[in-house]
Amino acid sequence: MSKIKSESDDAFNELLKEEYKGKRLTDEINTAEDKWNLLPAFLKVKGLVKQHLDSFNYFVDTDLKKILQANSLVLSDVDPDFYVKYLDIKVGHKTNSPPGYKEVILPPHECRLRDLTYSAPIYVDVEYTRGRKIIRYNDLEIGRMPVMLRSNKCMLDGMNEKQMASVDECPLDPGGYFIVNGTEKVILVQEQLSKNRIIVEADEKKNVVQASVTSSTHERKSKTYVVTKNGKIYLKHNSISEDIPIVIVLKAAGITSDLEILQLVCGSDPNYQDLFVVNFEEAAKLEVFTQQQALYYIGKRVKTIRRAGAPKLSQLQEGIEALATTVIAHLTVSDLQFREKALYIATMARRVVMAMHNPKMVDDRDYVGNKRLELAGQLMSLLFEDLFKKFNSDFKANIDKILKKPSRTSEFDALLSINIHSNNITMGMNRAISTGNWSLKRFKMERAGVTHVLSRLSYISALGMMTRISSQFEKSRKVSGPRALQPSQFGMLCTADTPEGEACGLVKNLALMTHITTDDEELPIKKLCLALGCESIYALDSATLHTEGMYGIYLNGTLIGTTRFPVKFVTDFRRLRRNGKISAFVSIYTNTHHQAVHIATDGGRICRPLIIVENNRPKVTADHLRLLLDGQWEFDDFIKHGLVEYLDVNEENDSLIALYEKDIKENSTHVATTHLEIEPFTVLGAVAGLIPYPHHNQSPRNTYQCAMGKQAIGAIAYNQFRRIDTLLYFMVYPQQPMVKSKTIELINYDKLPAGQNATVAVMSYSGYDIEDALVLNKSSLDRGFGRCQVVRKNTIQLKKYPNHTKDILSGMRVNENNEPIFPHRALGPDGLGEVGSRIENGQVYANKYVPTNAGESTLGGHDQPQSAESHRESSAVYKGPEPSYVDQVMMSVSDNDQALIKVLLRQTRRPELGDKFSSRHGQKGVCGIIVQQEDFPFNDDGISPDIIMNPHGFPSRMTVGKMIELVSGKAGVLNGTLEYGTCFGGSKLEDMSQILIDKGFNYSGKDMLYSGITGECLQAYIFFGPIYYQKLKHMVLDKMHARARGPRAVLTRQPTEGRSRDGGLRLGEMERDCVIAYGASQLLLERLMISSDAFEIDCCNKCGLMGYNTWCTTCKSSENVIKMTIPYAAKLLFQELLSMNIAPRLRLGDVF
Amino acid sequence: MSNLVGIEYNRVTNVTSTDFPGHQPGDHSWDIEKFKDSFDINITNISDGVATFDLIHIDTSIANAFRRIMIAEVPSVAAETVYVFMNTSFIQDEVLAQRIGLIPLKVDPDQLSWVDKTIDENDRYTEDNTIVLSLNVSCSKNSNSKSSNDPKEMYKNSHVYAKDLKFEPQGIQQEKFKDSPVVPTNPDILLAKLRPGQEISLRAHCILGIGSDHAKFSPVATASYRLLPVINIKEPITGELAKKFKKCFPPGVIDINSKGEAYVKDARKDTVSREVLRHSEFDGKVSLGRQRDYFIFNVESTGAMSPEEIFFKSVRVLKNKAEYLRACPINQ
Repeated sequence: MSKIKSESDDAFNELLKEEYKGKRLTDEINTAEDKWNLLPAFLKVKGLVKQHLDSFNYFVDTDLKKILQANSLVLSDVDPDFYVKYLDIKVGHKTNSPPGYKEVILPPHECRLRDLTYSAPIYVDVEYTRGRKIIRYNDLEIGRMPVMLRSNKCMLDGMNEKQMASVDECPLDPGGYFIVNGTEKVILVQEQLSKNRIIVEADEKKNVVQASVTSSTHERKSKTYVVTKNGKIYLKHNSISEDIPIVIVLKAAGITSDLEILQLVCGSDPNYQDLFVVNFEEAAKLEVFTQQQALYYIGKRVKTIRRAGAPKLSQLQEGIEALATTVIAHLTVSDLQFREKALYIATMARRVVMAMHNPKMVDDRDYVGNKRLELAGQLMSLLFEDLFKKFNSDFKANIDKILKKPSRTSEFDALLSINIHSNNITMGMNRAISTGNWSLKRFKMERAGVTHVLSRLSYISALGMMTRISSQFEKSRKVSGPRALQPSQFGMLCTADTPEGEACGLVKNLALMTHITTDDEELPIKKLCLALGCESIYALDSATLHTEGMYGIYLNGTLIGTTRFPVKFVTDFRRLRRNGKISAFVSIYTNTHHQAVHIATDGGRICRPLIIVENNRPKVTADHLRLLLDGQWEFDDFIKHGLVEYLDVNEENDSLIALYEKDIKENSTHVATTHLEIEPFTVLGAVAGLIPYPHHNQSPRNTYQCAMGKQAIGAIAYNQFRRIDTLLYFMVYPQQPMVKSKTIELINYDKLPAGQNATVAVMSYSGYDIEDALVLNKSSLDRGFGRCQVVRKNTIQLKKYPNHTKDILSGMRVNENNEPIFPHRALGPDGLGEVGSRIENGQVYANKYVPTNAGESTLGGHDQPQSAESHRESSAVYKGPEPSYVDQVMMSVSDNDQALIKVLLRQTRRPELGDKFSSRHGQKGVCGIIVQQEDFPFNDDGISPDIIMNPHGFPSRMTVGKMIELVSGKAGVLNGTLEYGTCFGGSKLEDMSQILIDKGFNYSGKDMLYSGITGECLQAYIFFGPIYYQKLKHMVLDKMHARARGPRAVLTRQPTEGRSRDGGLRLGEMERDCVIAYGASQLLLERLMISSDAFEIDCCNKCGLMGYNTWCTTCKSSENVIKMTIPYAAKLLFQELLSMNIAPRLRLGDVF
Repeated sequence: MSNLVGIEYNRVTNVTSTDFPGHQPGDHSWDIEKFKDSFDINITNISDGVATFDLIHIDTSIANAFRRIMIAEVPSVAAETVYVFMNTSFIQDEVLAQRIGLIPLKVDPDQLSWVDKTIDENDRYTEDNTIVLSLNVSCSKNSNSKSSNDPKEMYKNSHVYAKDLKFEPQGIQQEKFKDSPVVPTNPDILLAKLRPGQEISLRAHCILGIGSDHAKFSPVATASYRLLPVINIKEPITGELAKKFKKCFPPGVIDINSKGEAYVKDARKDTVSREVLRHSEFDGKVSLGRQRDYFIFNVESTGAMSPEEIFFKSVRVLKNKAEYLRACPINQ
């Protein structure tokens, strides 16, 4: 599958060193404890975002070729001899380029900086006719394909850390995203109901049972239903105008005998027969007895949408056509052999009958086994096929146009006109990825929001985005089912990581050790089944199909045969899979309720590796683990040797999986244990894995932390200072947590951390700590605690205009003393801010001038000498309450040959009142007060805390994990070790307490403290120790806002809205109600009119309309004109009403 | 009246002193002679950097005042303004400036006068109140290095340390600091790392300041005290129990005599971990406490001054404060 080059990944080579994470090779290996080493081995092979890479690799290597084959011929309507045939397609390399060669435009980081698309050329080999000759042409470029970073078409694939550094790339970056026009775009994993499978549902209120199947092929998508209506069963399909009785459908599909229909649907079960028998009456009433009558019946009811030019079909043909191609479209019918399809429909009918008989026999839509994940590769493949078809049809139209010309000067060479369209594919792909709008013509599908900008707030937020799964489910609907935590998600999807609010439970995250399958070939599996003793459906007697003990074998949901020995069949099949004879990702399981053996080879199933247990013994032994630690074995060797296998959700449900080795024995008397979990903490995902002791926390707290971990400021990547992003946050001194987890090490959070180990005292102090507020130590802040940097990109483009004028940069302007004027103080002679200089509010960082006559064309005034180009100042001015410093200035040339300037401005911020902090347990709080160190409490050693946290945060939150983190962290500090808080494991509290005792501290972590203010001992013992704190991106500086007066909206003359427009603070409806209730009418008048949009009008008391300048234009007099003040919005309303022929007249009278 | 703070299993009792007039019978008015009689200072250890001494029979408020003043109000010298001429290193100007600020400097603060912040910035710094340090380093490839992966060998000046800060005496400072040039107290504080082609050139103005303004001006790393632990064995503890009892304390606190009975050897060494209170077998046999007016001070200097000097200065500051208060009109 994936070839790993020996030098591929330096970070993981650590694994191969003599000592790995404090564990030496010579140490005794304990299978029960050390089997977790399989996990880093898994991640070494798979990486954290392997699902994206696998999917993209499959697309460029396999799927593209399939698409090409399906659309390989371009023919001409004019010249019947002419053809162009595509033979092969390659991305990023030519036919004769050396192996491992990757042709990409530029290194990815350069693409990011220069706003380019990181792409590789698409080459095709073609064969075509020129005159009488047949010509073969290799490596014709038909467009450019955006390349997923770290995929096998990416130049970073197989690079070591040093090579990565030479192209400014971070070796810890997971990849799996695209760079389009300089922005990093992720195609999120989409969750869908599985395709080509029967799903049975029941609506008990309406007494309706339906079996539905969504057929999806490259060509079309359609949905077929088998539904009950008044106890009778019908087939429903979009392209058939009327529901067809099931018996008629089956007859049309070639099962003409009523007995056979009964046998296929009901078997010999009298209950089912009683339920089904009415359907025969229906068909008899309609006088449909033969296949031909049935086909007529269907043909008559088909909605025909014929393309122009296609010949008209008879009704019989329509019926055949509909049955063969549109109903259950994913089954192809050749030579009018309908048996497969007939059996499929019969199976659907049977499932409906079963659900009618026993309402429990319905499927669960939310069951993960019934879901498929759609990844970047699949979406790209849909898009590419659409674009390629368009490309071919454009190409064909072009050829036809040329071939139509009666006399051509030279022989026509088709390749000359192919290049015209190559931009369509390139642009189409770019546009789709950069906007996220997936519009597919052939499915008439329009999907928005497929791609997202990769969040680079911190390393974790980028990583969290790569494992995110979004559901197609409607967010606004109030159904709890799809949002609930499904038991079948165990080990596949993270149980903690989901957002709060409207997307809760719909956006999920992959667990740590998962794999998403790609499509596997069906045909070899089918042949294998027949070889393993499966009886083919063509040789099958309908009477025996549903007899007791006869199991149907279903391949991807389609019945392919039967067996009498399902257990043997399944074990044989599994043995072959474990021996590597068939793909490890093909799953097989028995469903006793349906008497079926299901085999799945399709892509998009989530699966995960488990250790195989045979005879109550795990097959992975200490020897194997030693081989792994020696570096002789990789994870794939465990698969190859049949020690570990991948199970998807369906097969998992057919197994008995032990959590720990000790659990194997207990179960041995009942059912044999089949598998052993590799490591229980893999039920959590990458983001939830950061939480220490999550198994001691109340579960929502872990969910909150998952959301907040993504907002924490920290290190982003090794190349973070080379990046120029719109907005980036860095922490000045990030620290790895004192209490780590194995996940933290696996995802390299210890190398790119986001937080600091703060010494925390849990006590009440000063009263400024209510409602979760924190008290911070001023000296800690002086020394760099919580300090962060904010860098913001400012892009300036120097445009060129059609009349040969262009934008220019100009130097600084000086005052009479020959000093630069205040706004230009930060500029250099080139008109750009100097790196390192301070820029204050109102100063210029790029002194741009645009030509005044840019719009004029040069054509008219050709004779006049271009009057010395006049320019108008259009400089980029810095706005902000705090000054910034110029960090970097980049000058480059963008795609369209215009100068591109990026100025990066930096701010260094120390924590201030109101900045938000959070521990790793969903306990956020803002800084309530900053206190001098001498006022802080201190312990016997003179240590004063960095943070004081109010103890009221604990009882209601029940974050016991935080307390254990403190004790473990304190023990670690005293002991000089990093402790572990891994989920379902980690350093034991008793051990930690013992360390505390040994070092002369109290076992509970509570110390005796002295008040810094009075100097006396505090009367309570204080829980005191280090806790890892994250600084969150919400900072007061970005939010503070106040206004006395300022800009107003043009239309209404009311103050503008929002901080970004320096808007006013609205006295809203409810506040207004209060003022009214209080009776403060003058305040109301002031707030709503005088301070807002007061406007003086001249009102005529006679006609009631508004005049102007003490003159009523309606009455032609100034006699009754009165000056009065009304809100401008009211005046506007009157005028708007006037404009639509409604005359609002003011009748004025004295109130007092 | 006990001067013991009670250390109980889940709380601390008797934390406040009550020896002030009117609280209980007897004369508790403060008297200088009485104080002179009872007050005592025990010096256990004084070295260049650290001093440990006991203040005995002194009120908590006074002892705490010394602690607070040492942390926040004894002046010392640190870099306040950094002028960066060139910085092509990866560390940003602001961060570098902060790091330079935190370097403790070996300057006698008495040699400098206070900077008047009301004066215009251009004239504010003079030879009397400012010390100028400069840092000029540039990194280059080390041509005669063997093939090594250690950047220290591969490049020259790959690590910038505090010792690279050079004192630039201004005017009379040449004379003033002839014998004791200004250097960082710890020469090996890492300031930045460089790679070939990168350089740092800056000048830092160091002035007098106090710790309450910024932690960099604090002359102490820690200045704190603890109360003397008291262990009171109420009933004899013997045999196995004595061994267990001994284990509940740090080594050297409890010893077992020839009779097999546990006795308190050196309570001062106890860290008051209260471990002994956890075990029910010692219920009622022992009580823990701390002597409320016995302060074991620990002053750790950053290096500019000796710890005892810091303490003396803190006394002087407190005295000045008292003088000031006495002069306040409210007293008359």
